[in-house]
Amino acid sequence: MRALARVGAVRAAVVVLLAALAFGAVSSLVGEYRDLQLADGAYYFAALIGLSVLIGFGGKISLGHGAFMAVGAYAVALLVADEHWPLVGALAAATAVSALVGAVLGAAASRLQGPYLAGVTLTLAVALPQIGNRFPETLGGENGLVIDPPAPPSFLGSSFPPQRYLAWIAGLGALAALFFIYNMTRSGAGRALRAVRDDEVAAALCGCHVGRTQTVAFVLSAACAGLGGGLATVVLQLAQPGAFPLELSLRIFAAAVIGGVGSLWGAFWAAALLVLLPNWSHDIAQSLSLSGNVAANLPLAIYGVMLIVAMLLWPGGIQAGLRQLSGLLKRAYSSRHSVTQSNPAK
Amino acid sequence: MLEVQDLVCEYGAIRALDGVSLQAAAGSVTAVLGANGAGKTTLLRAISGLKRPRAGRVALDGREITAAGVEEIVRLGLLHVPEGRGVIAELTVAENLRLGALARGARRGDGIEAIYELFPPLRARRSEPAASLSGGERQMLSIGRALMAAPKALLLDEPSLGLAPLIVAQIMGLVRELCEERRIAVLLVEQNARSALSIADHALVLDLGHVVASETPEQLAREHELLHAYLGY
Amino acid sequence: MTQFIDLTLSGISNGAIYAAVALALVLIWRATRIVNFAQGAMLMITTYIAAALVEAGNPYWLALVVAVAAGLVFGALTELVLIRRVESAPPINAVIVTLGLLVFLEALAGMIWSDTPRAFPAAFSIQGYEVGHTRILFSPNSTFIVCVVALVALALGALFRYTSLGLKLRAAAFAPEVARLLGVRVGRMFTIGWALAAGVGALAGALVAPSTFVGPSNFDPILIFAFTAAVLGGLESPLGAIVGGVLIGLVLSYVSGYEGEALAPLAALAMLLLTLMLRPTGIFAASRERRV
Repeated sequence: MRALARVGAVRAAVVVLLAALAFGAVSSLVGEYRDLQLADGAYYFAALIGLSVLIGFGGKISLGHGAFMAVGAYAVALLVADEHWPLVGALAAATAVSALVGAVLGAAASRLQGPYLAGVTLTLAVALPQIGNRFPETLGGENGLVIDPPAPPSFLGSSFPPQRYLAWIAGLGALAALFFIYNMTRSGAGRALRAVRDDEVAAALCGCHVGRTQTVAFVLSAACAGLGGGLATVVLQLAQPGAFPLELSLRIFAAAVIGGVGSLWGAFWAAALLVLLPNWSHDIAQSLSLSGNVAANLPLAIYGVMLIVAMLLWPGGIQAGLRQLSGLLKRAYSSRHSVTQSNPAK
Repeated sequence: MLEVQDLVCEYGAIRALDGVSLQAAAGSVTAVLGANGAGKTTLLRAISGLKRPRAGRVALDGREITAAGVEEIVRLGLLHVPEGRGVIAELTVAENLRLGALARGARRGDGIEAIYELFPPLRARRSEPAASLSGGERQMLSIGRALMAAPKALLLDEPSLGLAPLIVAQIMGLVRELCEERRIAVLLVEQNARSALSIADHALVLDLGHVVASETPEQLAREHELLHAYLGY
Repeated sequence: MTQFIDLTLSGISNGAIYAAVALALVLIWRATRIVNFAQGAMLMITTYIAAALVEAGNPYWLALVVAVAAGLVFGALTELVLIRRVESAPPINAVIVTLGLLVFLEALAGMIWSDTPRAFPAAFSIQGYEVGHTRILFSPNSTFIVCVVALVALALGALFRYTSLGLKLRAAAFAPEVARLLGVRVGRMFTIGWALAAGVGALAGALVAPSTFVGPSNFDPILIFAFTAAVLGGLESPLGAIVGGVLIGLVLSYVSGYEGEALAPLAALAMLLLTLMLRPTGIFAASRERRV
C-alpha cells in the first residue's frame, strides 16, 4: 500500500515537473504584459483546482471561493506588511487560515445537500469580504492593505523582469496546489469522494466516512482558494474588499463549471478563460463599437449564457466536451477501420 | 369496456411488454397475475398514458386513447391507482378526495359523502393529513379518490401489498361490489393471486411481457402446474 | 431604549421584504424542488422596468402593477424555457442554471441601464411618524410595505388552502406523478408556481427599491437574507418563510444598528449555519410522516 502511495507521489511529482517546465518555458518566451497574465492565470488556477475537485468529485457546489480567496489575500497582506514575514511563510499561513475557515464551514457543508450548500456559500461570499470594511484600523477599510512588490533575488540576475518574478511565484504556488490535489484525487481519499458523490448510502455501507470525506474535500478546496488569494495579493500587491465581490465568486464558479469540473485540465481551461475572456470581450466590444456599459458587462453576460447553455446541452463542460468529441472521432475512425476489415465485432 | 391490443413496451433494449392483449368489460374484474418483473406495472402505466407504448392499441369504450396524454385519459374516465397506495401524504383526507372530483371536472365537494358512506374510517379522519392514515385506510382513500372521478375503468396496482389478510379480504370485497354496482371495468394487478382470483371474472397470467394464460379463475385454479410455475403457488 | 425601538420597527419593515422574497423562494422550492438563486436578479429586472416607467413620467401605481405583471410573465417564461429542461437532471444542474441566470441578468441590467444605481420613488412618505416629540423609524411607507406583504401572504394562503387551483398546485408539488394520474396538468402547475413566485418577488423589489436603490447587484443581499429566512422557516412552509423573514429582519436590524451594517451578512451566515446544524428542517418542521 505504501509502495503504491509512493508510486502515486512520484507520478504527481512528474506531472508537476512537466507543468513547471511548460510554465517556465512559456514565461521566458512572452513579454511583461503576458507575464502578468500568466501570474493572474496561476493564482486563478490555484483557486480553481480545489473548486473543480469539490464540484466534480464531491458533487458539492461552492459559491464562496471568492471569500476563501479574500481570507488568504488578507492573511498574506497582514503578515507581510505588518509582521514582515517572508513570502513563503505568509503564503503557507494564508493556506492554513483559509483551511481553518473552510473546516468550520466544511463541517456543516458535509451535511448539506446541493441547494443548501450553494446558499450557505453564497452568503459567505457576500458576508466575508465585508469584514474588511468593519475593521478599518487593522484591515484598511475600503482601501485595503498594500504590500511592497517582492524583489527578484540576486541570483536571477539584475536584469530579471519583476513581472516575470511575480509570474514565477504565482506559478510555483499553483504547482504546489496541483501537486496536492493531484495526489489527493489519485489516492484513496479521491476514490472515496467519488464513491460518496455517486451514492452516499452505498459508500457508507462500504466503510467510507461520508461526512469526513466531504469535509476534507471542502477544506482542501478552501485551502487552495486561500493560497490563490494569497498569491493574488503578491501579484497585485493589494488586498481590498472591492477585489472580492460576489461577482468574483460567481465568475470563478462559472469558469470552473464551463471549464469542466472534476478534472485538472478543466481547472486549466477555466483559469485560461478567466484571464483571456475580459481581453477577448474587450476586443469584440471595440470591433463592434459597443457602448462602454455593454463592453464592461460582456464577460459576465458570456459567463451567464455559457453556464446555462453548458447545463442544458453540455453538462460536463469544455473538458468533457473535448473528450466526447475525441470519443466520437475515435469511434468514427474505428468503425471505418472495422468496415475495411469487415469485422462485425463491436 | 377497456380494450388492449398487441401492446408492446420497451425500456431501452429491454422489452417489458411483448404483444399483450386483453378485454375488460364494464362491471367485471380482470385480474392480471405474474411474478416480479412480468410486466404487470408496465401494462398499467402504458394503459394510463404514463409510458408510451412502442406499438399496439388501447381503447376505452371504443375510443382510441393510445396516444392521448395522461390528463386527457383521466378525463375520459380511466383512473389508475398506483402501487404504494399513492395518497398525497401532505394533503388531508378530504383534500385527497376533492382532488379526485377535480379529475372529472366536477365541483369540488360533489360525491364526497358517498365515499364516506363506503369508507366510514375516512369520515372520522377527513381533516387529518393522509400521512397519519394506516395502510388499509390509505388504500381506502386512494380507491375512494379514484371513485370520486366516477371512473369507467379502474386500474388497481397491487392493492393488497403490505396489508393484513383480513383487510385485504375487505378491500377485495368492496372492489367487487363497486365494480358491479357502478359498472366499472376493473383491471386488478396482483402478486397475491389467491385473493385476486377470489373476485375476478377473468384472469391473465403474464410472464416476461407475454400473456401465458387467459382464462376464468376456475380454469386457472385447476392448472396447478401453471400456477406453480408462474405464481409460486 | 429609543434606538432599540427604532431598530425593532425598521427590522419589521425590512423583515416584511425578506419575508416576501423568502415566500417566493418557498413557492418555487415547493413546486419544483429548486432554490431559485436568480430570484434577486429577476426582481432587479422588474424593478428596473418600473423605474424606467416612472422616469418616463408614468404614475407610480402603474409602474408597480406593470412590475408585478412583468414578474408573473418572467417567472412563467423562466420555467418554460429553462427550468423545464433540467427538471429531470440531477438537482445540481438546476442550481447551476439559476446561477447562470443570476449572472446573465446582472450583466444584462448593467448593459442596458449601466452599473450606476438609480433612485426609485416610494408610494408614501418615508418620513417617520412623530410620536410625542420624537420621530420614529417607521413611516407611512413602512406601514404600506408591511400591509401589502401581509395581504399578499394571506391571499396566497387562501389561494392554496381554499381554491381548486391551490389544491392542484399543492398536489403537483408534493406528488407530481400521483397528481398527473388524477388529471392535474403538472407542467402547467409548475409554470404557475414560478409565475406566482416571480410576481411576489417583483412586488417585493419595487417595495424595497426606495431604500436600496436600483442597481444590477443591489438586490444580492436581499436574496441571501431571504434565503436565510426561508431556511429558517424550513424552506417548505410559506408561514415559516413569513415568520423567518420578520425574524431575520429584526436580527439584522439589531446587528446593523449596534455592530455596523458590514456585519449584517455575517450575522445572516451565522443564523443560517446555526439553523442548519441544530434544526435543519427549520423552526416550523412539519410532523414526520407515519411509516406504514
